[in-house]
Formats: sequence, structure tokens, C-alpha cells
Amino acid sequence: MSSIAISGFKTRTIATDRSDSLRPLALAAPLLLLLAFSFGAPIVALLSRAVYEPTIANALPRTVAALRVDSARGVPGEPVFGAFAADLKEAQAAGAIYEFAKTLNTRLPGARSQVLRVARLAGQDRGVTKEAIIKAAPLLGEDQSWSAIRTGTNRFTSFFLLSAFDLRWTDQGTIGAVPAHQAVFTRVFGRTFLIATLVTLATLALAFPLAYVMTNVRPVIAGIVLVLVLLPFWTSILVRTAAWTVILQKYGLLNDLLLWLGVTSERLELMYSRTGLIIAMTHIQLPFTLLPIYSVMRAVQTSQLRAAQSLGARPFTVFRRVYLPQVMPGVLAGCLLTFILCLGYYITPVLIGGASDQLISNFIANYVNVELNWEMAAALSFVLLVSTLGLYVTMTRYLGLDLFKMG
Amino acid sequence: MKLIYRTTLLALASAAIVAQIQPAGAAELTVMATGGEWQSALRKAWFDPFAKKAGIQFNEQEYTGELGKIKAMVETGNVPIDLVTVETSTVLQGCDAGVLIRLDYSRIADRSRFLPGTALDCGVGIDVYGDVLAYDTTVLKEAPTSVLDIFDTKKFPGKRAMRKAPAQNLEWALMADGVPIADVYKVLGTPDGVDRAFKKLDTIKKDIVWWEAGAQPPQLLASKEVVMTTAWNGRIQNAIDKDKRPFAIVWNNQIVEYDMIAIPKGAKNLDLAYKYLAYAAEPEVSAQLGQHIPYGPVMSDATPFVPKDVLPKLPTAPDHMKAYLVGDVEFWGDHGEDLVKRFNAWLAQ
Repeated sequence: MSSIAISGFKTRTIATDRSDSLRPLALAAPLLLLLAFSFGAPIVALLSRAVYEPTIANALPRTVAALRVDSARGVPGEPVFGAFAADLKEAQAAGAIYEFAKTLNTRLPGARSQVLRVARLAGQDRGVTKEAIIKAAPLLGEDQSWSAIRTGTNRFTSFFLLSAFDLRWTDQGTIGAVPAHQAVFTRVFGRTFLIATLVTLATLALAFPLAYVMTNVRPVIAGIVLVLVLLPFWTSILVRTAAWTVILQKYGLLNDLLLWLGVTSERLELMYSRTGLIIAMTHIQLPFTLLPIYSVMRAVQTSQLRAAQSLGARPFTVFRRVYLPQVMPGVLAGCLLTFILCLGYYITPVLIGGASDQLISNFIANYVNVELNWEMAAALSFVLLVSTLGLYVTMTRYLGLDLFKMG
Repeated sequence: MKLIYRTTLLALASAAIVAQIQPAGAAELTVMATGGEWQSALRKAWFDPFAKKAGIQFNEQEYTGELGKIKAMVETGNVPIDLVTVETSTVLQGCDAGVLIRLDYSRIADRSRFLPGTALDCGVGIDVYGDVLAYDTTVLKEAPTSVLDIFDTKKFPGKRAMRKAPAQNLEWALMADGVPIADVYKVLGTPDGVDRAFKKLDTIKKDIVWWEAGAQPPQLLASKEVVMTTAWNGRIQNAIDKDKRPFAIVWNNQIVEYDMIAIPKGAKNLDLAYKYLAYAAEPEVSAQLGQHIPYGPVMSDATPFVPKDVLPKLPTAPDHMKAYLVGDVEFWGDHGEDLVKRFNAWLAQ
């Protein structure tokens, strides 16, 4: 079918070919514009926050200039402190002091109240000395604080992206690991990919045989099975997650059943655990893996399988040499779809997972909603987006898979 | 798929148009609160009476208490709410980020009439609540005598629930490790003190179920998922009084906190919002909340108006104030983000 269409195209002139490909594009233009405005632009704007953070530089113009003159590493001299006090005084008058204090606090924990104290001191209009400032803000007497301020005055920053990998600039100007008790993101990214892999394998183990059965039963029964699979697919993910809570909790249906059957002797801790989370996610993701596999399996000609058998191939060889290569694109498409969707899970880990089962989305949400540190959220989103796109490109390039053709 | 998308868009667009052309009726005031039993108590005690008195329409919205939503409203210049309830630490954060306006107390009430720490620059206190320990009396044979008993897994084996946040838990951990109440924040301000608190939490980590919403602790107790839980006192009291649950509250070593209300930057009905704040600061009005949910008034002159049967259930009842800590907002403003990250790293280990 498609080969006929392609050879048809080739016989036409190049000119018509171009206008043919432009016309649908023009038709799609409103949609593309809408996507660019409502989807592309906000994403770019948000992600740019990961590398652009001007608050500190904007609040400290004099300090930046004075630091350029004062080339010493560590705690600078009197002029820088004078400039710092003048900057804080102006920031206070302009109402920008609190945002500055909060931003600096992200890089320099504990700095918030000390900076506010210095600003109050500077506002009193007496000559403020380096000594007085350090007395009010002991942090400013430490080398590491000034390296944090120096790097902070750069509007374009790698701080957040490095933090997303649990890295930081050390005082010596090299990249090093953050202290062990602050290292959280690499572990969470690893966990996100691990859980996505486990769920993908679990859905595959369920979907492959099910799809095979569906292609080999009477159409009526296949239809009924399909509806049964799709029915939960049409309910909200929140409802399905809540339903799993009812089933999995300690005094819930599953534990009741297992005890009654005598399979277990005591109640299992399935809620707030990784097992429970994987069970629930597998259920939610099953249709995404199943449908591509099913659609490909239906297209496999059974006559080919019979032909292979009649030529002497054993059942396993038929499966491996004839059947599997034909259904492989569907299997890969289904797995890729499920894997990528799993990377972004949010509500199910919140409700069913334990504290050590929270995925990267939960951390992004925390930085957006609770910490108001949108820069960190943007950096984490950026890493997630790039790794997802990387995965997609690798799969399509090297495995010859195209999700758009699967439709 | 595309059809659904388009239909949804159309529906949204028409809804927006309808919303635009709706005629302006009576004056409106919109408040966003954190929902649940607490919000319905606010409604009965204050929102409905004020709406009647001022002849306005009082709209309510719910949210999860996270500032991100308000920040997004303020940044996009579309602020459909006039008042928002927040936690004390959130007030400070919202103040810093320029999301909440600095209040003009001359339009509310004299600042000296508020309990210390409840009249902040960007937020006014509305009630006093306690972070307490709760348990099911039919499950625990022996009653815990202090919140710190949550660290005693020998005497009280089984899962216990704590709020999924470093605040309060680190304070309790230090208290359980022998730090006097008066020194808790001083010790917690040092790296060694933080290590010490986390080491104490380590001892019960595998037994902890974490809760996030205030409605969860009574549910966790009711489903027998845990044997004891930290909780906000009002949620447990209401489960005892209204749902007749066999729960009990342990007050000893409670942490006293305040709920706050604030005005987001760009609120459209500023005058009315101030009128409401002034109304809620009247002593008699301030005392009304207690009979719907046992949280105390923040106005120092309101106590005489609190019904006699409610008083002993409040966190501020003399019996409950033998050993208590008041949550330190400034401390959490300084160390909140850092400790939350460390807490998350600790959870992930």
C-alpha cells in the first residue's frame, strides 16, 4: 500500500511535489502556531530559568564592580563591603531585598536573615565597616560565602544544572560533588529510570501473551477483552490510583484475600512501598504497551507461520525467525511509550509509593510549588526532557522505529 | 483525539467568554484556603457571617497550601483571589518573593492585640493549633505520655506516622535526644545539631509512614495502618467528637503553631479584604472558630468569648501548656530550603 503511494509520488515533478508538501503544512499552520505559543514558548521560557538567574547580579551592581577590582580569593577587602552595604540599602529601598536574600539563601543556606540584618544596619545611614558587617552576618566572614556570591553575580549560571547532577563549583574553581547528605538527584534519576524499566518489563510480560491470545480468539471475544482492557484506560488516573489504595492497604481487599486463601500468614505492607507502586503503575500502563503490540500482531499473516512449519521449522524457530521479527516494532513502540510515560509519573508515587519511591516529577513539583525555586525545577525538568528525547532519538535511529508510523 | 482536543478548546473558550460577560452583581470577595474540615469551620465561623453582615458574596476556592499557585497568578498578572490562608513559614516566603502584600495594620487592628508572633508583615494570624501525638485507645494498651514517645519503638512497637517535612520532626528528634526545649533552635542552627536530629530520626525511620495532608492522620489511625501519628489537634478532636473515633491526644511536648491569612499582590478587592481582616480581628468574632474546630483565637482579648466546653480542647488550655515549643518562623525562613533538601536526601537513602 505505502510502496505504491511512494512510487506514485516519484513520477510527479519536483515542483508539484513541493507544493503538495507545503499545502498540508499550511493547513496545519494554525495548529502549529498554537503549539508554538501555548507549548513551545512557555517550555523554552521556563527551561531558560535553569541557566539564567539575574536576581543577585541585579541587586549588587556596586559589589560586582568592586569585586572586579578586588582580585583576592576568599573574603574581600573594605571597599567591597562598603559597596555591598550600599547595594543592600538600595535594594531595601526598592523592595528587592527579600527576593535577593531568598535567592542567596539557596546558594548559601542561612544567609537570608543575616543579609536582612546587614540591610537594616546599612539603612541606619552610619558608616558601616567590614567589621560591623561581619559581626551582623558571620557568614560574610567566610571564604566559601564569597565564592558563592562571586559565582552568584554571574547572570548565566551553571549552579542549578550542576545541582541537578549533585555537583557544584568548589572553592578551588573545579567541579566537585556536593556533600553526601545533600546528594539526592542522581539517586532519584536512577530510581526513576529503574522503576520505569521494571514497569515496562512487567507490562510487556502481561501484554505480549494477552495480545497473542486476542489475535487468536474469535473476534467477539477479542472485542470483549479489548473493552475490558480499555475500560479502566478511560477512567481518570487519579481514580485508578485511589482504587489501588483501597485494594492494597493493610486492611484492604488484597490482604484480606491472601489471608483467606492462606497464601500469607500476616498482612503485607503493600501501601507506601515500591511493590505496591509497581503493581499500580503496571495496571495503568498496560494498555499503552498492549495496543501497539496487538495492532502489529493482527497484521501478521498466519500463512507465513504455516509455511515455515511446512518447511520443517520447529515451533520455537518459527516464533523466533518468522513471528518475532514481525511483531518487534510493536513491542518496541509499546515499551518505549510506557517507559517514557513512566518517567513522568507524579500522582501514583505520591499516593501509593513510600518516601523512597518518589520520582523526579515529585521533586520538580516540590521545587515549583513549595520551595518557589523555579530555577532548580527548570534544571531538573531540562535534564529529564533531554534524557527522554535522547532515549527516543536513540530508539528511532538505531532500532528503526517510528512511533508516528505506528498509529 | 484531535476532535476531543478541539471540542475541549471550544468549550474552554466559550466558558471564558461567558465568564467575561456575566454582569457584575453584588460585591464579591474570594478566599482560597486549604480545604477539609478546617475550611468548613472557617466558613461557619467567619465567612458566612461576614458575607451576611457586609451584604456581599463570599466565594471560596481550595488549594494545597503551596505558594507556587499564587506565585503563578501574581507573575501572570491574573489574581482571581483576594485572601489566602497560609502557614506561618509560607507567609515569610511569600513576603520575600513579593507574592503577598505588606499589610497596613491601621486598617486591621492594633498589632499589640495579637498574640506575639501572629501579626506578621505579610500575614495575620487566624488561629492557634498544636502539632500533637494521637493514637487509638483500643489499639495501644498503654497510653503514651509525651509526643516524644513516638521515638520509643520498644514500648510502642508498630508503624507510626509523621508529617513528610523536616519542620517539627527535627525539633522533636532533638527534644527526644535530650535537648532542653529552650535550646532546640539554637542546637538545630548548627551542623552538629542537624546531624544529631537526623541520627535520632534514623532510629525509627523504617517504622515511619509519612503523611502530607492534614486529613490523613485520622484516616491512618482509623485504618489501623499505624499505631500512633503526629497530627494537627483539630483534625483528631473532630474525629473524636463528630465521628466518635476512640482516639486520644497527647499534648505533652506539643509544638504550637499559627495559621495565617494574607492578601496576594494584585488582589482586586483590596478594601473588602481589609474589612474582612478587621472583622475577624474583633475579639468576639475571633473566638467563634473554636466551636467548629478546636483551634484557639489569636487575639489576646478573645479568650473570654470562647465557650466553656471548647476551652479545655484548645492547644492553649493551661493543662496543655506544661511543656511546649513555639515553632520558629525565622529559623525555617533561613534553613527551610536547605533542610528540606537534606530531609529529601535522607528519605531517599
